[in-house]
Amino acid sequence: MKKSVFLGALTVASIAAGASAAATLDDVKARGKLNCGVTTGLVGFAAPDANGKWEGFDVGVCRAVAAAVLGDANAVEFVPTTGKTRFTALASGEVDMLARNTTWTLSRDVDLKFDFVGVNYYDGQGFLVSKEMGVSSAKDLDGATVCIQTGTTTELNLADFFRANNISYEPVPIETNAEGQQQYLAGACDTYTTDASGLAATRATFEDPSAHVVLPEIISKEPLGPLVRHGDNEWGDIVRWTLNALISAEELGITSTNIGELSAAPGDNPEINRMLGTEGNLGEMLGLDADWAKRAIMAGGNYGELFAKNIGESTPIALARGLNAQWKDGGLIYSPPFR
Amino acid sequence: MTTITDPHQGQFRLSMLLYDSRYRSMTIQIVALIGFLMLLGWLLSNTAQNLADLGKEPSFRFMFEPAGYDINQRLLEYDSQDTHLRASLMGLLNTLLVAVLGCIAATIIGVVIGVLRLSPNWIISRLSAVYVEGFRNVPVLLWIVFIMAILIETLPQPRAFRSGDATMSFWESVAVTNRGVYIPEPLFSRSLGDVHVFGASSLRFDVSLDLLALLAVLIAGILTSVLIKRRADATQEATGVRPRTWHWRLGVVVVPFLVVMGILGFYLGYPELKGFNFRGGTHLRNSLIALWLALSLYTGAFIAEIVRAGILAVSKGQTEAAGALGLRPNRTMSLVILPQALRVIIPPLISNYLNLTKNSSLAIAVGYMDITGTLGGITMNQTGRELETVLLLMLVYLAISLTISAVMNWYNESVKLKER
Repeated sequence: MKKSVFLGALTVASIAAGASAAATLDDVKARGKLNCGVTTGLVGFAAPDANGKWEGFDVGVCRAVAAAVLGDANAVEFVPTTGKTRFTALASGEVDMLARNTTWTLSRDVDLKFDFVGVNYYDGQGFLVSKEMGVSSAKDLDGATVCIQTGTTTELNLADFFRANNISYEPVPIETNAEGQQQYLAGACDTYTTDASGLAATRATFEDPSAHVVLPEIISKEPLGPLVRHGDNEWGDIVRWTLNALISAEELGITSTNIGELSAAPGDNPEINRMLGTEGNLGEMLGLDADWAKRAIMAGGNYGELFAKNIGESTPIALARGLNAQWKDGGLIYSPPFR
Repeated sequence: MTTITDPHQGQFRLSMLLYDSRYRSMTIQIVALIGFLMLLGWLLSNTAQNLADLGKEPSFRFMFEPAGYDINQRLLEYDSQDTHLRASLMGLLNTLLVAVLGCIAATIIGVVIGVLRLSPNWIISRLSAVYVEGFRNVPVLLWIVFIMAILIETLPQPRAFRSGDATMSFWESVAVTNRGVYIPEPLFSRSLGDVHVFGASSLRFDVSLDLLALLAVLIAGILTSVLIKRRADATQEATGVRPRTWHWRLGVVVVPFLVVMGILGFYLGYPELKGFNFRGGTHLRNSLIALWLALSLYTGAFIAEIVRAGILAVSKGQTEAAGALGLRPNRTMSLVILPQALRVIIPPLISNYLNLTKNSSLAIAVGYMDITGTLGGITMNQTGRELETVLLLMLVYLAISLTISAVMNWYNESVKLKER
């Protein structure tokens, strides 16, 4: 019995490792579906709507990649992962890419053997507290009970922040955002900490969002972006340039409404022409056809459209562009040129 | 008439390995063994090869790097700068804590319910049956989550104690909140201090001299008490009159203990509401309470059935003989039935203790930081060493289980019927 458990674990490990060696692009094409790892449910970023259809900002990246590679924005199998299971799911080949509020750090990039292909949201860790507690700064949280998602960078930032400020706290580890929300609302913890965007999204689902505030301190840098397994660079390139295409499209003024017109015939702007495949052979270089970027943009719109539709100021989550504005507007969103 | 023919004594031929019944079974076993070893070798080499391809050669060096995360319930001193090894040790201690508490509570619940289920009182036996069937037939994970949800949703927040919506119980000494129960802690104003063992290594721990002193006095008291009982027994056998000794026996245990407590300056530290939470006192987190309750109620249901089977295995003649000797029912149970039933009960009880210990790995469902939560959870996630951490985890659980089995088997040897 003991031995068979051991063997089972080895089998899992060997199958897992075996799957990752093959070329992901061929696997995805053969399967006809993209397996995309997302959160277990964070409104605005990735959550199923009333009809069970996944929607959100991260989901938009998955759909764009599926559209670019397979020609169908709906050919995506969404695999919900927790903070703890996501890396194993990606490393084992259960998912082809992860678009799941995952912070780009050196150890994840180098030691965990993943490749971050870019940043689709510049975030930072914040604290959510109820207004009636009368707390105005995270430094007032001495002795507080803090709910924290286990297996995240926020867990390590939290330890560092309280240590650096020489104040004490009691961590309550939880597995999913839903659990954190339940414990926080029941008052089992004084504050819930995660990326500020996640807090805004969580607060938007509360019965009375105005009774809760996100404290002004942002205690970390959390560049969130999609990632793939290390070693399959062709696949990494496809995901990276799909994200870049969404970002460049906003910069160049390509939207889901005018893209049909712009891609019909070569226009005045050579970069738009190259990107949309009316000029040059960028698609071929990636191992895709000429229309790949056009389909990616048509899947959910350009970066700005995805932002506005899912988490922008007109949505309940109401996040301002801030750092996530285009570089021309004073933000950090910047794509290398298509050439 | 039957004749027994001697086996053919001729020369050994290769075909005999297959056609001779003397060798066939051995041939099959050897072939199966070779096949098994080849499969094992293939799995091992494949795993090693694939890990090497990924650039992740197995290594346990990560255990000596700083963990970087905090653990809420720690039985020894720990901070986020300690190593992953020490974080795993904290987890291991938490696992052992809930396992020991759970085994004790499950045994008590199991014995009581098992006896009650055989009660002639219809309501009591039915209620026990409902308890047993209810807990036995629902997965323990659901019980853990359910009890945790009840604790979180129904008990008052610490804030409610400030506004007066909730009050502390037991003369202002115990606070029951939805973050756990705060009870007074024993403190010593003239403490002897601690002894530090293993210096600054990852396995360091402190031993409280106060605790050692109290334990020593307690054990000495109990031994003296046993001596007094022996003398009383001897007097009773010699003269037929048993001297009244209970006050002596109680005195030698309690008085020196109280004296030492007084010398050490014993007092209770009460929990007090300060800032966001109660400070001071001992904090029993609701994750521990939920896990402990769920595991002991669940395993208790199985133990109740084992106890019932054990009692039913003792022949009815024993009860009747005890009744004929004039023993009252409760003394019949404790002096005649249970000691004999114990021999039937112990072996399946061992496997239930093992189950409880292994089920404690569900702790992460309520955020209890056991070894699966620290080593198999956060450490695995932050270092990405899946194979190494899972292997270590399996080794740890194997070691715990084998230890429990060894201890219980030794106990079983000592209570089982001595056949001469």
